[in-house]
Amino acid sequence: MKKMTISCIVLAAILALIWVGAAGAADKFPGKRITYKICFNPGGESDITARFQEAALKKALGVDVNITYQIGGGGALCWAELVRTTPDGYTIAGHNLPHTVLQPLEMGNAGYKTLDLKQIYMFESTPNVLLVRNDSPYKTLKDFVEGAKKNPPGVFTVGGSGTSSANDLGTTMLNKAAGIKLTYIPFGGTGSAIPALLGSHVTALMTYSTMAAQHKGRFRALAIASEKRMEVLPDVPTFKEQGYDIVEGAYRGVAAPPGTPDEIVKILADAFDKVMKDPDVKKKMDQNAFKTEFMGPEESLALVKKKMVEYEQIMKELGRIKK
Amino acid sequence: MGFSFDYLLQGFAIALTWQNLFWAAVGCFIGTLVGVLPGIGPVSGIAILLPLTAVLPPTSAIIMMASIYYGAMYGGSTTAIVVNIPGEASSVPTAMDGYQLAKQGKAGPALAVAAIGSFVAGTISVIALTLFAPILAQFAVVFGPPEYFALMFMGLSLVISLSGRALLKGIISTALGLTAALVGQDPLTGAERLTFGSVTLTVGMDFIAIIVGLFAITEVMVNVEQRISTISEMEIKSWMPTWEDLKPCWGTFLRSTAVGFFLGLLPGCAPSVTSFVAYDLEKRVSKHPERFGSGAMEGVAAPETSNNATSTAGFVPLFSFGLPTAPSMAVLLGGLMMYGLQPGPMLFIQNPDFVWAVIASMYIGNVMLLVLNLPLIGVWVRIVRIPFYILGPLIVFCAIVGTYSVRFQTFDIWVMLLFGVIGYFMRKLGFPIAPMVLASVLAQMLETALGQSLLISQGSPVVFFTRPIAAVFMVLAFVSIGRGIWAQITAKAPEVVTDDAEY
Repeated sequence: MKKMTISCIVLAAILALIWVGAAGAADKFPGKRITYKICFNPGGESDITARFQEAALKKALGVDVNITYQIGGGGALCWAELVRTTPDGYTIAGHNLPHTVLQPLEMGNAGYKTLDLKQIYMFESTPNVLLVRNDSPYKTLKDFVEGAKKNPPGVFTVGGSGTSSANDLGTTMLNKAAGIKLTYIPFGGTGSAIPALLGSHVTALMTYSTMAAQHKGRFRALAIASEKRMEVLPDVPTFKEQGYDIVEGAYRGVAAPPGTPDEIVKILADAFDKVMKDPDVKKKMDQNAFKTEFMGPEESLALVKKKMVEYEQIMKELGRIKK
Repeated sequence: MGFSFDYLLQGFAIALTWQNLFWAAVGCFIGTLVGVLPGIGPVSGIAILLPLTAVLPPTSAIIMMASIYYGAMYGGSTTAIVVNIPGEASSVPTAMDGYQLAKQGKAGPALAVAAIGSFVAGTISVIALTLFAPILAQFAVVFGPPEYFALMFMGLSLVISLSGRALLKGIISTALGLTAALVGQDPLTGAERLTFGSVTLTVGMDFIAIIVGLFAITEVMVNVEQRISTISEMEIKSWMPTWEDLKPCWGTFLRSTAVGFFLGLLPGCAPSVTSFVAYDLEKRVSKHPERFGSGAMEGVAAPETSNNATSTAGFVPLFSFGLPTAPSMAVLLGGLMMYGLQPGPMLFIQNPDFVWAVIASMYIGNVMLLVLNLPLIGVWVRIVRIPFYILGPLIVFCAIVGTYSVRFQTFDIWVMLLFGVIGYFMRKLGFPIAPMVLASVLAQMLETALGQSLLISQGSPVVFFTRPIAAVFMVLAFVSIGRGIWAQITAKAPEVVTDDAEY
């Protein structure tokens, strides 16, 4: 009988410890590992940024951060799942504009609504860039547009990241502004579109400033869709300089499932703010042609709301959604 | 950026750090264990250990998972020979002659021949991998969406035609696999399909859940039904093979390595397929084909050599094209992605340290396995004697944890259990499982490549026949389908077992 009593005491002690531990964990956020989901292929901007942030983020939050990937539907798969995840702050996901505005607009049912995503922080933006191979006969944007006009419509193919993304929209905008018809080919992310241009399977890529910087020796950037030239890419002229009024690109940040408590969102936002102001992170971002942004939850939400109005207007003008 | 000794040496420098050596050893040990245990194979083994990767640095983790894969090929032979239970489907032909040899008291030499064959194949193949993969990676950019589609299409048709007499069942099995993968959102546009308005179904069915269900759960159900409980143990008399044992095997080692390696480059040619092909080839070239099935040493050497060659060969398309050729490779691909490594042409350019460390670790792993296998055979055999009422629940437990840990969706566990039941009935009704597995693994890539190809060609399917590389694959695909149908009509179809257990 004595043995039995001892076992019971030990068992009770273990259970008590577990309860105390669990209660302790619930008190303070974050008390355990946080999952940071990336909605695109590894090697794309979202992934690269998360990798830059990883170390500093672990330090700022004091817990482990696990970066995972869920790819498909231009990010829609991942966001559709995020809005159904437990809103406890332990699962967050990279979040992109215009994707999360355009997908619900265009797809009808994308599996999530734009405002379902609880904004935590917006940390960067990257303008669109039109890239061709170094040995391409098109030296300038003018050559490229003329080339597209000489060929039957649709023969020129432009690869990019995802459907209803900044790349997709940028291609449609160029079509309209230049009066040409380029065929847009979506890939799983920026990273997986690169080999398509390396192997000449597409005529050009509508991608982001980061890829122009990363593949300087291999590809030629014909134009960048920003207001002004970027410091790290001084030789790349803007679309505006070359007579096309196209300013388009992607904003990236992180979002949480709807209903995540504001206090938790604030803790996460503060951590990201600290990370983005870390000189090391900032330096890496600059070198890789990311434009750093520092928008907290309110500012991010304001940006999303502003973009929702803007994009709906643009999409109607382009005829991609019904007026 | 072809092959360079500098890179390989650098790889060895990384692979030889104590930490990486340790994880390679752990992987080899688990791999052998997975190989020994029937009902749990490399796919479930790797999938279950996937969450571990969150705590390991990427190179160590991939080194470990790779060694589990080729380690399982070593382990599968032990139980096939000693107790006539193939630990893996790829060791089914091994059991045919191996068990006969064991009955003649030659279990020791047979095990040694299997281990030597595995070592020869592993080493030759990793040398070929070292030389080929970087060259192929450069060549890989020539592959655009149409070429990828044609290659995968060929892989699928090859597996269907290998269904032997059950050709129609093979096609049905493939269609089932493709349909399962359709559920959820379109990989290209995000449009919902086959979700019937259900929110849960939009996330789709993860192929790892499907595979683990089809293999682990099905296997447990079959074993429960057959009331497998105790397994007799053979007396092992002598260890070393005599010269007489080894003499006929040298040719077998080389031929089977070649067969295993080159077939292993193609999607769909998993070790379980090539080991049958190699066994069949040896039977044909042998001067005494009548000895096969009643204790021919070559009959043990051929499958064990070729399955190792195939498992190593699979890394060539994985690293240079980002294309998984077998389910285990697909799980490994998932592991690479978890670390932000995008397999494909850019891997050799952007992460040379990683690739070469993994390749170098394979040289080391092969030596480790040889050392680990020969003296420990007694231990492995005892493990098989764990009663099934302990082993079975353990496998189910591991399957559930492994499936859940891939993307933390309870839904995936239901999918896995459902496919366990589906797999059980497929086995009962004689439907081959391999085509379904490959279809569900390749479906998303297949569909993406098809969609992109048709966008490039503006909707014309002719694109698959006007581009030379794609055309070659398409022609081969149709030849293999035609051959399968012809064999049906003339009733000459071989009885190929590709669906016995996990591969």
